[in-house]
Amino acid sequence: MFGTLNRLQARIVAFFKKEEHDRELDSELESHLYLLVEENIRRGLPPDEAQRVARLKLGNVASLREEHRETRGLPIVDTLLQDLRFTFRILRRDLGFAVFAILIMGLGIGASALIFSVVNTLLLRPLPFKDANSLVWIANKKSVPEQTTQVGNLLDAREANKSFLEMAAYFAYYSVGDRKLTGESEPERLTAVPVSENFFHVLGVEPQLGRVFSADECAINGPPAVIVTNSLWRRRFASDPNLVGKTLRLNERSVTVVGVMPAAFDFASVFAPGSRVDLYSPFPLTPETDRMGNTSAIIGRLKPGATIEGAQAEFNILGPHLHEQHPERNEFQPLLSPLKEHVTSRLRLALIVLACAVAVVMLIVCANLSNLLLARNASRQKEMAIRVALGAARSRLIRQTLTESVVLSGAGAVTGVVVALIGVRILTRLDALSIPLLSNLQIDLVVLGFTLLIAFVTGITIGIVPALQVPASGINESLKDSNRGSSASRKHTWLRSSLVVTEIAFASLLLIGAGLLLRSFLRVLDVDLGFQPEQVATIRIEPGAGYGTQAKRNAYFDEVLRLVQSTPGIESSGLTDVLPLEGDRSWGVAAKGQVYDKDNYPEAFVRIVSDGYLKTMGIPILSGRDFTDRDSPNSEQVIIVNETLARRLWPGQDPIGQMVTQDGGRRVVGVVGGVRHVTVEQDSGNEMYIPIRQTTDFAAVELVMRTTLSRASLPSTIRSAVKPLNLNLGTSEFRTVQQLVDKATSPRRFVVMMLTGFSTFALILAALGIYAVISYSVHQRTQEIGIRMALGESARRLQMRIIRQTLRLAIIGVVIGLTASWFMTRALSGLLFGVTATDPASFIGTVTVLLVVAAAAGYFPARRASQIDPIAALRSN
Amino acid sequence: MTEIRSEIMQGTLDLMVLQTLNAMGPMHGYGIARRIEQLSENALVVNQGTIYLCLVRLLQKKWIKASWGTSENNRKAKFYSISKAGQKQLKTETEDWERISGVIGRLLQLTPGR
Repeated sequence: MFGTLNRLQARIVAFFKKEEHDRELDSELESHLYLLVEENIRRGLPPDEAQRVARLKLGNVASLREEHRETRGLPIVDTLLQDLRFTFRILRRDLGFAVFAILIMGLGIGASALIFSVVNTLLLRPLPFKDANSLVWIANKKSVPEQTTQVGNLLDAREANKSFLEMAAYFAYYSVGDRKLTGESEPERLTAVPVSENFFHVLGVEPQLGRVFSADECAINGPPAVIVTNSLWRRRFASDPNLVGKTLRLNERSVTVVGVMPAAFDFASVFAPGSRVDLYSPFPLTPETDRMGNTSAIIGRLKPGATIEGAQAEFNILGPHLHEQHPERNEFQPLLSPLKEHVTSRLRLALIVLACAVAVVMLIVCANLSNLLLARNASRQKEMAIRVALGAARSRLIRQTLTESVVLSGAGAVTGVVVALIGVRILTRLDALSIPLLSNLQIDLVVLGFTLLIAFVTGITIGIVPALQVPASGINESLKDSNRGSSASRKHTWLRSSLVVTEIAFASLLLIGAGLLLRSFLRVLDVDLGFQPEQVATIRIEPGAGYGTQAKRNAYFDEVLRLVQSTPGIESSGLTDVLPLEGDRSWGVAAKGQVYDKDNYPEAFVRIVSDGYLKTMGIPILSGRDFTDRDSPNSEQVIIVNETLARRLWPGQDPIGQMVTQDGGRRVVGVVGGVRHVTVEQDSGNEMYIPIRQTTDFAAVELVMRTTLSRASLPSTIRSAVKPLNLNLGTSEFRTVQQLVDKATSPRRFVVMMLTGFSTFALILAALGIYAVISYSVHQRTQEIGIRMALGESARRLQMRIIRQTLRLAIIGVVIGLTASWFMTRALSGLLFGVTATDPASFIGTVTVLLVVAAAAGYFPARRASQIDPIAALRSN
Repeated sequence: MTEIRSEIMQGTLDLMVLQTLNAMGPMHGYGIARRIEQLSENALVVNQGTIYLCLVRLLQKKWIKASWGTSENNRKAKFYSISKAGQKQLKTETEDWERISGVIGRLLQLTPGR
């Protein structure tokens, strides 16, 4: 054993002392030879005979030198270096090809690395919490939308269960931007998430400064406290190290800052992707919050050794048990899932599709470059043949070819990393995308390792087919001048054609996938949302603390609406507490005089709106009337319902005039069309609208305006219009309702964009592949073409023949691709909307595109062929 | 021209070189080759150059040492001598050989029909 180690060490040393050792050997051999000659002379041989015999005895000096080098040094490294030097020389000669190859591979590898890092961040890496695998999301099948639980149930479940170390919660119905920060600098609207006392502890996060909430801060009416998120701390407070202990003025109350969270903890990127969270406030778990209904989102940490299945089984019994004990509460039917799954499951299918798409792109890249290398090596056949004839081992030549392709893919990998870095930069800045954990996206060591692996595998894959073309026998053929039409070159053509056919098949796969998703996306965009988002802007416009009574607030609303309505450029305006696609809450609603069984109690999404809202949003009034400013606290309490709710409560009857039990009794005065408010893909469900002047149960007020003013001039116009009211509108942002719709469709848009990009890239590569193969075939058949033209074939017929040949290739590829797609697109059905997995339009579209592109790619070589001078062609060989 | 290629032949040559150096003291390449030729009656080393491959192997395993000196006729030559480790190796291998040859010898003494 030591022998081997010693030898290795000696070899490494000898590797660096090559020249010295060579010289020493030479002088040793010289001496040896001299002594041999002397001996022979002493034996009586004449001098030149002595020399000759001596040389024979010593052996072949040249091969001895080589073997000596091999024995004493690192032959592997030597050959590798030799191969590398040779590769660089060859590539420099053919720079155009090298640049093209590196570029293509850079794009392919870059896209792969990017998608891999997204998959890694979202699916593979654990969440950025301590021991994230034991964190469980506890949903509630009996709530709408199935994610929240009543506080009372939470408290009892916490006490009774045996599976969880701890359970924490946050208040899921927090309003965006409802804490107005005033004070030294510009006033600003901040978003606060109420969290339970043990929330940070359960997630395993420690504050960077200060502490978490104390028990009295978490009591109802306890001392007002907030914890500041890291991004707010940096942005607004310039990373002030002494922020803890200072007071902030929020909604006209003094609140103490008790802690600052570390940068690694990003609540929004996990629980509310695409939004911004600025503060954490205490969420008291008391009878007061219990009264609010299903409001808490629960996260639990499993005890060590407990499993999620076991916990689910326990909770399956616990839920109904709690309902028995407390029939006055909302029901609790718990559904447990690992937190990671809850956060990313929505996107799992899309990510898998993207990963497969990028793998297909890489396969196309490999086929394309393999083809190119084959072409290049064909022109180097003679060189190879000579080398083999001179004694090069076939394995050596193969190794050298592979070195070439691995070097190319190595350079491609470097380019790819640059591409991926740019991609990551773009993606993490896009906060129009509501994709979770996106801010954690980075190119880390895992991604780099993956990139290297891909590059290496790509290099070998590209090189293997050309490498195996190295002639083992039949050298004679290659050395002869004319080798056209030989079986070797026919095999060569067949190989290249099948590579192109493969490319086309893969490209058609991608195109069909992209086509299906694109059509789904267009369908989604086309869907009738139930409202008209174009030209509608919105801004937060809550009355401040000075409007303490309902009467004052209603007067405020009257005034705001009057001022805004009379502004030129504003067609209509209205108020609402919640915008579609932005937030939701639902209440139980019963028709007066009807009885429902427990499991079937109707629920409806509720909006608190003013007159004018329906008109501004373009929500059609199907019967009855809109609210007016005469619907006041003193007049009859009214309500507007949507079609679906009307059918649910009064099937077959006229809903106008009916009564619901809300607030002691409200009369239905209007029926409207449904609005898609949860997601664009989902139907509206039951909805009801309550006039803002007749209730106090709202947390925010948005002013919506249908306007012809431009986005630039709107803010200043409105600000000056409401000046008499002395509102501080500087804190709020003007948004358009269209933005909300765009954000809701953004994940889908993201996938479509990526897939379309991949398909275009694949199409270009396939076109280039076809062009290369047809060009080569034309070149090979120059003589034949010359003969045909001399015999009278017209240029046109020649062109047609070549294009037919091209199309034949393309059709084979398309047929293979289509057949594969037929089976594989079923996997996409989770992502499709409004199109089937075998949507004929996508399939036909793909075939058309590919055939047209193929014909175009074949046209240029065809034209060149028809311009061949027959005489020159006949003379060439 | 037979060349000594296989591992077994390499091992035998190694052994012979070690034995030569152990018995005769420091020698240069030519001297070692001649001695082995004489001993093996020209069966082993036909191509004298290969001795240098063997010597570099033994050097790497640290079983022999090398130093430059002057030969009999005042030529600069590299002299090889056996090292302590080499002596130990020689002893071990010699014992192995003797044991093997003993076994084979006894085996060959078994006449058929006994």
